[in-house]
Amino acid sequence: MPERIATVASRVGLHARPAAIFAEAAAEQPVEVTIGLEGTPADEALDASSILSLMGLGAEYGAKVVLRAEGEGADAALESLAQVLETDHDAE
Amino acid sequence: MSSITGAGVSPGRVIGPVLQMPPAVPEPDAAVGLPAEASIEAETERLKTAAKAVQAGLKARAANASGDAAEVLKATALMAADPMLLKSAAKLLAAGRSTERAVWEAAEQVAAQLKALGGYMAERAADVLDVRARIVAELRGVPAPGIPDSDVPFILAADDLAPADTATLDPAKVIALVTAGGGPQSHTAILARALGLPAVVAAEGVTSIPSGTEVFVDGSAGLVVPEPGETERTAAAAYAARGALPAFDGTGTTADGRLVPLLSNVGDGEGALAAAAAGAEGVGLLRTEFCFLNRDEEPSFEEQSAAYKAVFDAFPGKKVVVRTLDAGADKPLPFLTDATEPNPALGVRGYRTDKAHPGVLQRQLEAIAAAAGQSEAEVWVMAPMISAASEAAHFAGLCEAAGLKTPGVMVEVPSAALTAGAILEAVDFASIGTNDLTQYTMAADRQLGPLAELTDPWQPAVLQLIKATVDGAAATHQPPKPVGVCGEAAADPALAVVLVGLGVNSLSMNARALSGVAALLKTVTLEQAKEAARLAVTADSAETAKAKVRANLPMLETLGL
Repeated sequence: MPERIATVASRVGLHARPAAIFAEAAAEQPVEVTIGLEGTPADEALDASSILSLMGLGAEYGAKVVLRAEGEGADAALESLAQVLETDHDAE
Repeated sequence: MSSITGAGVSPGRVIGPVLQMPPAVPEPDAAVGLPAEASIEAETERLKTAAKAVQAGLKARAANASGDAAEVLKATALMAADPMLLKSAAKLLAAGRSTERAVWEAAEQVAAQLKALGGYMAERAADVLDVRARIVAELRGVPAPGIPDSDVPFILAADDLAPADTATLDPAKVIALVTAGGGPQSHTAILARALGLPAVVAAEGVTSIPSGTEVFVDGSAGLVVPEPGETERTAAAAYAARGALPAFDGTGTTADGRLVPLLSNVGDGEGALAAAAAGAEGVGLLRTEFCFLNRDEEPSFEEQSAAYKAVFDAFPGKKVVVRTLDAGADKPLPFLTDATEPNPALGVRGYRTDKAHPGVLQRQLEAIAAAAGQSEAEVWVMAPMISAASEAAHFAGLCEAAGLKTPGVMVEVPSAALTAGAILEAVDFASIGTNDLTQYTMAADRQLGPLAELTDPWQPAVLQLIKATVDGAAATHQPPKPVGVCGEAAADPALAVVLVGLGVNSLSMNARALSGVAALLKTVTLEQAKEAARLAVTADSAETAKAKVRANLPMLETLGL
């Protein structure tokens, strides 16, 4: 399964506004994307389009997370979502 | 529809459409499962549709909002149709729960998880529960709970407002408050005065006015008139055309030059800055509960003294009166008060907690002294719920030991008013808390709507006790030791005049009320204030006291108060 590791760039972590932006972006992808903290088993990964899951993930600033997706367009989806994660949305 | 009379608790006359506050959404019965004829697939689909509808509504509101409010609404909109929430609800639905119950329980679990994470996440738990109530309301086809959303300004009608409702009340949309319950000192009344909104409470029948009906509200007379006529329109137009109150210039005085310092009640450093900006001549009541509430244990010396210093620094060279911790009754604290008391208003609260838990007060006084030593404010300290001169003397001893120079007491219990002379032998000043003094004098709980008439600080008995306190001070010392008022009564301009006429030296109120009280006081001589006091004290009811005094102060109309 295609994977992509990304580092959370928002100072407040993956909460609040950054989490909302990321969940919305994940929902727009043609494939289902999951998210997990680096080092946790793939079957514990959470739905990336769920803001409630993201908030419970507890990914702070600088945390490494693994994005996974399968199917057509998976690589492009992972790449675009990784970019969302690696932008500091609070700095905008 | 005939007009409805209640207690006018915040002045102003406006006309607008009424919107009823929908009742809270009750928990769906766990014992009622999915009906036998219902299909799980169809119900899951119905749930999704309801969630999407709630989401769309919240998104639309986010588009009309700006700044932080818009961000919060956007995030809340995402939660409404969150895939994880809907998936766990669908699982519960498949296990036989009713649709409403399924989403109720699913959200409950999510909220519990967020609460367990603490901090920011724990605060979001409330948003999840809000979304849940909205989805259940949508499923039932009833209006969404909470303060209604509207494109046009409206008059909010409710049974009563809870402190939680006040956070979502938009003063740009809500132009007046009318409630069936509550009293002159209920949360609704305090909120209305803080926001400067006309309000009528204890107006039985306002919850039956259909939403959309145009009504006239007179927050001085306590009148709610559905389908207003020409008289009401003229009155509202005159009120709308009134000149803006002049900003308070920082010196409270009567027309003939008797200085009456106008101070502010504040709860923290931020409030102190706002009060200073509004011209307050100092702080007449610093509530120190903010440091302590929602805590399982006593805050540290450092934390306390930093919080107090933030307030002192807003008033260099000015007076700041600190009230020591007032826990108990409606403000319980796990490490200080006993939640099982059968009658907490008459229980171990305020200063009384020092006997059961010695040390907390002493440490607080030391933290206040340390903060005072590092600031330029003139710091006075007072104890709440003092009932006897011996308690005042003991408190003065604690203050002296902590190095605090000006000890005082609150006068909230009738016994303290009656023995003010002896109390002021022991301490240097008294400050009258009219909210509790009214409650204890009239033996009436201030949150109870049916007792609104009794919980009114215009009650002549309450005014007589204020006079007794002033007289006690005068009989003990020359010049008399200062007696101030720091209850809600001081924020009512007409009543403030009465208090000055009774001989009260200073008035402390929410910062919003300063301009109105100052403007009226400036038009009244000390002799006229004494006449107002005489009228009020000798009246046979709170209502007549208020009516007589208002009739004698024509400037109230001109100023729109």
